[in-house]
Amino acid sequence: MISLSHITKIYKTETIETKALDDVSFEIKKGEFVAIMGPSGSGKSTLMHILGALDLPTSGTYTLDNETVSALSEDELADMRNRKIGFIFQAFNLLPRTTAIKNVMIPMMYAGVPKEERVIRAKKYLEMVGLKDRMYHTSNQISGGQQQRVAIARGLAMNPAILLADEPTGNIATTQAEEIMNIFEELNNKGHTIVMITHEPDIAHHAKRIIILRDGKIISDVKNGKRKKLWN
Amino acid sequence: MELREIVTEALGTLTINKLRTGLAVLGIIIGIGSVIALISLGQSSQKSIENQIQSLGSNILTVSPAGQNTGAVRGAGGGGTTLTPEDASALKSATTLTTIARISPEYARRSQVTAGRNNTNTQIIGVESQYADIRKLTVATGAFITDRDVSVLSKVAVLGPQAASDLFGDGTELLGQSIRINGQILTVIGVTSSKGGSGFNNPDDAIYVPLSTAQKILFGVNNLTSIAVEAKDSGVMTETQNEIGYFLLARHKISDPANADFTIFSQNDILNTVSQVTGTFTTLLGGIAAISLLVGGIGIMNIMLVTVTERTREIGLRKALGAKKRLIITQFLTEAILLTIIGGIVGMALGIIISYILTRVMNMPFTISPFSVILALGVSGGIGILFGWYPAKKAADLLPIEALRYE
Repeated sequence: MISLSHITKIYKTETIETKALDDVSFEIKKGEFVAIMGPSGSGKSTLMHILGALDLPTSGTYTLDNETVSALSEDELADMRNRKIGFIFQAFNLLPRTTAIKNVMIPMMYAGVPKEERVIRAKKYLEMVGLKDRMYHTSNQISGGQQQRVAIARGLAMNPAILLADEPTGNIATTQAEEIMNIFEELNNKGHTIVMITHEPDIAHHAKRIIILRDGKIISDVKNGKRKKLWN
Repeated sequence: MELREIVTEALGTLTINKLRTGLAVLGIIIGIGSVIALISLGQSSQKSIENQIQSLGSNILTVSPAGQNTGAVRGAGGGGTTLTPEDASALKSATTLTTIARISPEYARRSQVTAGRNNTNTQIIGVESQYADIRKLTVATGAFITDRDVSVLSKVAVLGPQAASDLFGDGTELLGQSIRINGQILTVIGVTSSKGGSGFNNPDDAIYVPLSTAQKILFGVNNLTSIAVEAKDSGVMTETQNEIGYFLLARHKISDPANADFTIFSQNDILNTVSQVTGTFTTLLGGIAAISLLVGGIGIMNIMLVTVTERTREIGLRKALGAKKRLIITQFLTEAILLTIIGGIVGMALGIIISYILTRVMNMPFTISPFSVILALGVSGGIGILFGWYPAKKAADLLPIEALRYE
């Protein structure tokens, strides 16, 4: 389903070369819930950009849902992100002063989904994340947790191959963070594939599998069968 | 995405920051408004001048003596003494000239005129009785110069209203008053109605005397400064011009028309010259206004660039969610074009209103050419594309990662 083989990413400035990812290979199967962990500078953001088709690797092959991402043009990448990836960002990244339902409809608008269907689908996903009575509130009228739920609904809108969450609870109060993680678990139970980048062990323990990066390399890739805290 | 959706989105974005949108549009409003108003005013004044000239008679030809040729240098027109009363009577009596209705020989010269303690410097015009009809002059009080006045060299004068008020002030009984020109005393027998002219040949600021009196008594000359010829109708002006031309060439025994010692011009010739001048003037005004339009366009570009910087994160997000390059360009370009089109429409309305009010105040005919309206709208749309393109391209070229990270 998702396959990374020998992915290397090198950032070059005039004077220095930085190896952000160094020969990273792994696979994620359909229905998995993976947390990618690591300290800052470990390359997890770079990995998230590559997984999200926001950036291309320097070398190696990335296959998503049987499509090779590594050699696509800018517009093809945009199309790929639109159809296959549901983004959930740390800072929510909703359009300001725009209603929740309109935010959820944006990816469908870019995909050319007919307007009537957009509304139906947006309502369905907003209901799913528990925002039935907040659909016509603008993004600045709702709390951080609610904004992130709008973002999850938006991520689901195109029924993507994976949900890619980058520190999804980073900007949210702890009690609301638990709710968000519960939504993730629920979605995973329904069969959605989720990849989540985080540096918080408390959050990572909700995932079924935890990959730990350090200095651009995978140092640990374990099943989290009991979903317990890894360390304290 | 459909065009209607893109336009709705763009309108939504523009209404978020109303003050900024308003200021950006203001530049275009002023630019388009001034272009429309100034072109319209230029055309109105052109029309007004044309009407004035037309009112002097469209079937009138004026024959005047040419300047003297001195080697290669040709003197100023009107200075010569080659046109005589005999030329005028020959024109009158010639049976070969079939298209001429009436002829008015004239002798005009500026001179000092006194009346009591007042004096003025004005145009003294020696005329015959037909002058009033040909030059479309009417008498308000008293009578005009008659044929008898001319034949007996009467010392009488008809005043233009401007000259009358210069000499006697307002409200004085003018008929029977005396004026003094070159030491000769003349009696006022009439005052003409105002024609509302201006400049050198203002029929209101003139004194009309019998031609013979002007030549023999006042100034002691025997030549004419012009002969006004009225054609039978305005359709035969060219023929009339040719007939008179060849007739006078033969009379003056000149074989080469290039050496003619007189010139003939029609009101149309004057009209064309004036039209050319005012046309240039209108273009000049429009050009100056176009500069303000350009400044307005740069204002739009400035605002759009600020917008792109401000909305970097939004652009990054849109790209992450699948917006293609072309869509981002279209989105920003649409915003810029909407700004300029709105500005163009408001500016056009404003320009028309300003021009309407000013032409009313200045008592000119109000004209607005559809050409300038179409031009204004086209130009404002074009400015949107021209100055919106660079910011739009800049937005579309942002890398999604960089844009998302942007604080």
